[in-house]
Amino acid sequence: MTAEEFNAQLGLCQFLPGPNVVNLAVLVGKRQCGLAGAVVAPLGLLGGPMLIVLILGWLYDLYGNLPLAQSMLRGIAAVGCGLLFAMAWRMGMAIKDKWAFLPFTVLVVTAIAWLRWPMPLVMLAGLLLSGGLAYWRLGRR
Amino acid sequence: MSLVVDLFLEFTLLAFVAFGGATALLPEMHRVVVDNHHWLDDTTFTHLYAIAQAAPGPNVLVVTLIGWKVAGLAGALAATLAMCLPMSVVIYLLYDRWESFAGKRWQRAIQIGVAPLAVGLVFSGAALIVQSAGLGWAAWVLVAFTVLINLRTNLHPLWLIALGAALGLLELV
Repeated sequence: MTAEEFNAQLGLCQFLPGPNVVNLAVLVGKRQCGLAGAVVAPLGLLGGPMLIVLILGWLYDLYGNLPLAQSMLRGIAAVGCGLLFAMAWRMGMAIKDKWAFLPFTVLVVTAIAWLRWPMPLVMLAGLLLSGGLAYWRLGRR
Repeated sequence: MSLVVDLFLEFTLLAFVAFGGATALLPEMHRVVVDNHHWLDDTTFTHLYAIAQAAPGPNVLVVTLIGWKVAGLAGALAATLAMCLPMSVVIYLLYDRWESFAGKRWQRAIQIGVAPLAVGLVFSGAALIVQSAGLGWAAWVLVAFTVLINLRTNLHPLWLIALGAALGLLELV
């Protein structure tokens, strides 16, 4: 597989909903070995990490109530938030035409984080508005 | 058993709106799992996110943990499968067609249009974890520090996570 093929497939996976890495594994697997590859590749990708996470989940069941574990997880959660904010910032900076499109970000945050509206509805409405604007602007050029 | 089925159905629905991956789904998973069904409480949800963050592997595995906590091993497998399968099938069938759409106006419009929404979802997820975790001022400093270090340096996030764990253990945040 060439770098360009990989990028094109990655682009599609980032565009479609669902876990990017899993989608990408399906495509790469399909390309190499057809249906069998498309089934085996995501399993191979997720199998090991999933086992680790399940062991951690089991440990959490056993020891999660201990004050020490709770304190540690609170610290990790704080860092996790920081990483999410940084990721949002980086994604936001990558947007072209920020004045036209970042208002949609504000709308989504208002609807989801503040008003707690259901996401499928918000995404559908948002995609119509934001995608509609993008469609219109593409036509003007 | 019906719990596992419910879990599977809810996460299947979620999979179809997961623009921006599992991370962007955090707010909606919280709404479904904590607010609507009361399968987990706020604190547990936050803890599971923290565990997934610290564990190696793709971030979709937070779904596995939520499934595990709600309905054991069957729940973990059901939730993970529900999250991964629908789009895997779609993408498997769609890919050959997709290439012929490349560069079309509507396709580019969706691509451009989705990006700001995904940013909003990730930001909302972070805001929600902050709320649920009930962070004090010291933790806020840690959040700000993490943002700054992550944006300005190439330090691997695991070091920051280790720092968070250590500060937590010392009861400093």
